[in-house]
Amino acid sequence: MSERAASDALPLLPDQPAHSASSVLHHQFEDIEQQRDADNFGMWVFLATEMLFFGGVFTGYIIYRTLYYPGFVAGSHGLEANLGAAMTFVLLASSFTMAMAVHAAREGKRGMLVGFLTSTIILGIAFLALKFTEYIHKWHEQLVPGFNFHPALESLRGAPERSVELFMCFYFFMTGLHALHMIIGIGLLAVLAIVAWQGKIPRENYTRVEVSGLYWHFVDIIWIYLFPLLYLIGGRYQ
Amino acid sequence: MSTAVAEVPVQSQVHYLNANYGIKSWLFTTDHKRIALLYLGSITLMFFIGGAAAVLMRLHLIEPAGALVQPETYNKLFTMHGVVMLFFFLVPSIPATLGNFLVPMMIGARDLAFPRLNLLSWYVYITGAAFTLYALISGGVDTGWTFYTPLSSHYVTTHVIATAMGVFITGFSSILTGLNFIVTIHKMRAPGLTWKRMQLFLWSIYATSVIFVLATPVIAIALFLLVLERIFHVGIFDPAIGGDPVLFQHLFWFYSHPAVYIMILPGMGVVSELVTCFSRKKPFGYIFIAYSSLAIAMISFFVWGHHMFVSGQSVYAGFIFSALSFAVAIPSAIKVFNWTATLYKGSISYDAPMLYALGFIGLFTMGGLTGLFLASMATDIHLHDTYFVIAHFHYIMVGGAVMAYLGGIHYWWPKITGRLYHDGWARFAAFVIFIGFNLTFFPQYMLGYLGMPRRYAVYPAEFQVLNVMSSAGASILGVGYLIPFVYLLWSIRYGPIAGSNPWQSTGLEWKTPSPPPTENFEVPPVITGEPYGYAEPEHARV
Repeated sequence: MSERAASDALPLLPDQPAHSASSVLHHQFEDIEQQRDADNFGMWVFLATEMLFFGGVFTGYIIYRTLYYPGFVAGSHGLEANLGAAMTFVLLASSFTMAMAVHAAREGKRGMLVGFLTSTIILGIAFLALKFTEYIHKWHEQLVPGFNFHPALESLRGAPERSVELFMCFYFFMTGLHALHMIIGIGLLAVLAIVAWQGKIPRENYTRVEVSGLYWHFVDIIWIYLFPLLYLIGGRYQ
Repeated sequence: MSTAVAEVPVQSQVHYLNANYGIKSWLFTTDHKRIALLYLGSITLMFFIGGAAAVLMRLHLIEPAGALVQPETYNKLFTMHGVVMLFFFLVPSIPATLGNFLVPMMIGARDLAFPRLNLLSWYVYITGAAFTLYALISGGVDTGWTFYTPLSSHYVTTHVIATAMGVFITGFSSILTGLNFIVTIHKMRAPGLTWKRMQLFLWSIYATSVIFVLATPVIAIALFLLVLERIFHVGIFDPAIGGDPVLFQHLFWFYSHPAVYIMILPGMGVVSELVTCFSRKKPFGYIFIAYSSLAIAMISFFVWGHHMFVSGQSVYAGFIFSALSFAVAIPSAIKVFNWTATLYKGSISYDAPMLYALGFIGLFTMGGLTGLFLASMATDIHLHDTYFVIAHFHYIMVGGAVMAYLGGIHYWWPKITGRLYHDGWARFAAFVIFIGFNLTFFPQYMLGYLGMPRRYAVYPAEFQVLNVMSSAGASILGVGYLIPFVYLLWSIRYGPIAGSNPWQSTGLEWKTPSPPPTENFEVPPVITGEPYGYAEPEHARV
């Protein structure tokens, strides 16, 4: 801010020319750069909150995994790692298209922006479809705590039923919370795609795309931790 | 603060209060000052609801067998008192009212970075409050404000879900407020306003916001898991179905201990402003007061285990948590010593806000020192869950946070409304509150030390004298809180015009008319010097 002080000794009044792009610049900011800084920083702070939000569940998961090791191994083993890998692939691909969308917005290429946003949305929906398929499989295996939990003997793999149930609780809660974030993200991107289609995302102010991209990548990163924690570790010890 | 703003008119014709009228202009406002007033109204309502529960409790405890209500009702009363006062009054009290009003003004900005988010946070708060009030009206909840499992998840049949959802939802309003403050303080300071030229209130609000953002999500997740457990009967925390109740306590206190600092840090910021202004001196050790706020915020994340010395936590963990809890005393003491050193040889005037600030320093010190008894593992075994604990945290929360809140409201009232309240009444109320407070809570230290446990609707006859003293004090305290309510409302209409700077303060927020215009400053300020220029002759009392 002290640099700003030097370069910006005469702050702009609301009726001065810099506000000609008034639809873009909100009244509380001095200039577009300050607004962009604030928007980006705000999203980072929000992601810090999100990290602690997921952190609570991750902590619980790790503690219970230590306490009820056999049940968690059996639970992990019962998940379909191939399906999980497919979801990971789809999600990483969506991260790529999202990054390209931000690039397109920075370059001011409207068609490219709309295209990449749409493909990100499609990949996100594909992820949710795979996730939902897996949920249905779990329902048929009667592994849904609270609604339908009567596991067959082989899905317990000799572990106590209670601790497998606890694993499935965490599985549904963590992936469900992640899926909720995906749905919110898809909603955000859908709005962006429409606004971009109408040509209302100017090159000078693509912050909305950038900020949504940050969110999208964060949700991906959560999955990058969920995948090994839930699907991969433990299965081999059987 | 020396600034480039020269002439300040006494009262501008158009200001934020009369810029437009009508209920819509308030409910859809994005002006941080109006949102601050929306919060002020709502938390005042919650304060009186929580206070009513406390009054009923104290009346009940006049007789050893209980004078007023059934034991089940008593359980609901202390739960609602705790939930309403902590989550719906103390947490938003100073940040959401004074913070919302003052942060943009103190940094010379037109508004917060995200005004619409700010309005959203108020609606989120109202939604959470509605859930909790619904639980209150439809029969209450009796788990205690801590929602400990498996009591809350399995045994009780009251409205745990609605209350927990209320707290869960209102947590997001704290997060949004904290996020807004962090971004605003980082990115929107006026030209020349470097970090070390910021007023001390801003430092404490900044430290509070960090806790808002990093701690609140954890209680959100804990309460959400609790609600899931209650709805679907899955064993996350209930040992009978495979869960671990101590995990709930860990997650709960990971938020709720830092939350104590959410409540007290803004109060410390207010007191730093008051002590400086009414001693006409630069704060002694500005940088130490500023950094100690950050230190308190940081250490606060690592002390939650001191609530769990008797919860089956390992003795080594207890040892570390105990040592870290002692460490919080260091930055807290730095603040107290710096305030007293600021007073030393100052030109002190005992206006009403200053009386609250002095009350804060004494009561907070006492609450803080008794906290050390509870942070020591050996004495905590004796004092755990007794009235000693209640007295300790009320000295911090009521003697500290509420005193600072009232001091802040009295100090900035002329800025908020443009009017002066009656000084004599204000000083009188400050004394009534101080006396009532001590009479209420000092006997509780003794009760706790003698072994009276908290949360019981009945008690042995030998504790009656002290309980009656406490109840008598509570009625004085209650009257003490009603007096400011009356004369402050009166002053809005009949009080004399305040002028832009009735306290001759050097703060940036006083360099604009009272009430301020919607844009806060008619000419955007440029800051050229330190925030507290009291010692410089040209800024001495005019």
